[in-house]
Amino acid sequence: MKTAFTLIIAIFSLYVAPAAHAARGADGHLRIIYWQAPSTMNPYLSGGTKEIEAASLVLEPLARYDQNGNMKPWLAERVPTLENGGVSKDLRTITWKLKGGLKWADGTPVTSKDVVFTWKYCTHPQGGCSQSEKYNDVKNVEALDALTVRVTFGIAKPFPYGPFVGAQAPIIQAAQFADCLGARAPRCTDANFKPVGTGPFSVAEFRPNDVISFVANSNYRDPARPAFARVTFKGGGDATAAARSVLETGEFDYAWNLQLAPDVLANMKKAGKGVVISSFGTLVERIVVNLTNPASRLGKERSTAKHPHPFLSDPSVRKALSMAIDRKLLVEIGYGPAGRPTCNILPAPAIYKSTANDGCLMQDIPGANKLLDAAGWKRGSGGVRMKNGVKLSILYQTSTNAVRQDFQALIKQWWSKIGVETELRNISASVFFGGDPASGDTFQKFQADVQMYANNFDGTDPESYMANWACKEAPRPATQWQGNNVPRYCDKAYDALIAKMARAGALKERARLARAMNDMLMQAYVLIPLVDRGRVSAHAKTLGGVVLNTWDSELWNIADWRRVK
Amino acid sequence: MTSARRGTWAQFRTHRGAVIGAGILLIAAFAVLFGPHLWSIDPHLIDIRARNQGISFAHPLGADRLGRDTLARMLAGGRVSLAVAGAAMGLALSLGAVIGVASGYFRRLDGPLMRLTDLFLALPLLPLLLVIIALFRDALRAAFGPETGIFILIASVIGATSWMKTARIVRGEVLALKEREFVLASGALGAPAGRLIFRHILPGVISPIMISAALGVGDAIITESALSFLGLGFPPDFPTWGRLLYDSTDYLQQYPGRVLWPGLAISLTVLSINYVGDGLRDALDPRTRG
Repeated sequence: MKTAFTLIIAIFSLYVAPAAHAARGADGHLRIIYWQAPSTMNPYLSGGTKEIEAASLVLEPLARYDQNGNMKPWLAERVPTLENGGVSKDLRTITWKLKGGLKWADGTPVTSKDVVFTWKYCTHPQGGCSQSEKYNDVKNVEALDALTVRVTFGIAKPFPYGPFVGAQAPIIQAAQFADCLGARAPRCTDANFKPVGTGPFSVAEFRPNDVISFVANSNYRDPARPAFARVTFKGGGDATAAARSVLETGEFDYAWNLQLAPDVLANMKKAGKGVVISSFGTLVERIVVNLTNPASRLGKERSTAKHPHPFLSDPSVRKALSMAIDRKLLVEIGYGPAGRPTCNILPAPAIYKSTANDGCLMQDIPGANKLLDAAGWKRGSGGVRMKNGVKLSILYQTSTNAVRQDFQALIKQWWSKIGVETELRNISASVFFGGDPASGDTFQKFQADVQMYANNFDGTDPESYMANWACKEAPRPATQWQGNNVPRYCDKAYDALIAKMARAGALKERARLARAMNDMLMQAYVLIPLVDRGRVSAHAKTLGGVVLNTWDSELWNIADWRRVK
Repeated sequence: MTSARRGTWAQFRTHRGAVIGAGILLIAAFAVLFGPHLWSIDPHLIDIRARNQGISFAHPLGADRLGRDTLARMLAGGRVSLAVAGAAMGLALSLGAVIGVASGYFRRLDGPLMRLTDLFLALPLLPLLLVIIALFRDALRAAFGPETGIFILIASVIGATSWMKTARIVRGEVLALKEREFVLASGALGAPAGRLIFRHILPGVISPIMISAALGVGDAIITESALSFLGLGFPPDFPTWGRLLYDSTDYLQQYPGRVLWPGLAISLTVLSINYVGDGLRDALDPRTRG
């Protein structure tokens, strides 16, 4: 009787225990597929997303970004700011404090010396560190005590969160990499393939360009995590096969970056094995309006500020072009879950997102017609509007891409409804984005009236991105046609806002300025945003805790992933 | 009708494949010439509610991913594809035949002309096209409008870069033919070079010319679609058979019809021209004529 009772209790507790408070390694084996295979585990020796994400299971930064683009302390106790005194008043130093009791996977303590070493490793003059721009303007990094590090910048740095923040700049172990500085870095195969880290997993076996096996890190700071004992990280193949292996056959638990046609994904989802998830960053598909005249008779002066555009310099024409577009339909046809309509060129992070322009979400063809009528553009032959002998006839170019050509055809039809005639042109992407100053077909040369492409910025701070539309940034012969101000927009008030933002230190003020700049551009209709394009991944229905994050590694919270029944 | 021509026609008629091929070609030509008048839906019209629709009364061949009518696009596309292929082939054939005959018949021209052919064969086609199009696109667009301008450009570019095989084949045939007794005999009787070429040599080399024409038409259709894909051809919303085929390949599994129709049209056309060429060869070749 007694033994039977004990047995029942034992069985019961076995059944309940994992559900009640999961223990480390209780959920067994996790299988991840990335259709590009990592070639190293050292993110400082590779700029590739796949390496950075694979390494993020092992190596961790002081702070990282969450799914909303907000900074979260990771190995540090808190994120230093101006308000809490972690950032000095002159914006030249930032002081980080490590969490107490942190251990490397080999059991040795994590100290501020490791942080200082990481900086030295990446900025070594003979080493080719792929993340060195993270350490731009850093003059010195010094250990104040065993857990405190002070970073000193050569200039005032309103956004001092480059070094040691995010998956691109994790902390590496000084003891392991001590002999791997500079030119010796690539030769330390053992360290580069099996770095000792602080993350939830450690590398058991690394096969370059193929498979990585991980086991749970027994010295991880949270004794209950990670829930999985082993991780297999398979690389290679293509996006379609990866999607199929999670959504249709269930061979894998997680697949990364599935840029597939919406109906293809929807079809796979029908098998019922997995879930498609998406998350949005700053990538915006937009139409750029040329404010200068691209006529070929102007020769070398075409598309330069010397000759304003014959009709696109009229703001009501630009506004009408934007009003005639049905952004929701564009998303439905081109991107499905990987896109959402947007009226901002700066759609994220949340604090930078303006709501002042949301009226563009509704297509308004009668309104656009009324606007053009009021501006004096009268319908002429073939229904095309004219004023003073100038016809609203547009050459609309973009790169060769099935979705973009569909967008062109749709937008051409909408514009024809407001009396604008459109000629379409598509250019091979390698030429269009090639930037060759000898070619007339690059997006910088802009020998067309409007053009369409997508762009975004790295990280979460929009300062340099918003500075793209300064007068001096316009591509022109004097700059060898380089520059980011593709619409050739020029407004002194805008340039003044850029200068203000370069000096502003408080996050709130920076957000206000960024929103104001976004609104200025949007209300001038020099950029017509269409779709906010996101990242799409998929996970098995039995995998819980996944939070897709476009600001950091997708595997940023893998310690919280678990098996759900 | 002279008796010789009647003989040719009678001979052609006995070749069953050739007659069927000619029939299909005629139907295709009629369809693309008059079809758009009978089936009056605008091939550019986007009807988003009809997106991805299957075969129905309103859309006999279904509608594409933007709801454009496939039948209307097939008809409009066929017009462009056949016109481009015909014009380009006409140009390539005349160039190839003239150069081939001249270099085969006149020994002095042989060296320079064949080296010219080698030169053209060695030219990398794509960079050449890039340069040509970059140089002339704007000028032609301004002179003839975007569509006609590009048509002239594409047809002449394809024609001017695909005559070399014809020229080589014709030259070989001419070299063999001009040493034959009947040609030598005419020469000995004092026939001038022009008469020899037109009366005795050209009829002898008509079959290789026809065959390379048949193969060339298919090539021209495919080259045109490749150019459109690179953004060097017609505007992207301008339907051609090659473009329709290319655009639909992603949907092969879900909507096989969309690949099938343009694919079928291209292969049927090429096959028909092949058979017609075959029949013509039999009919024109003095040796096979009864």
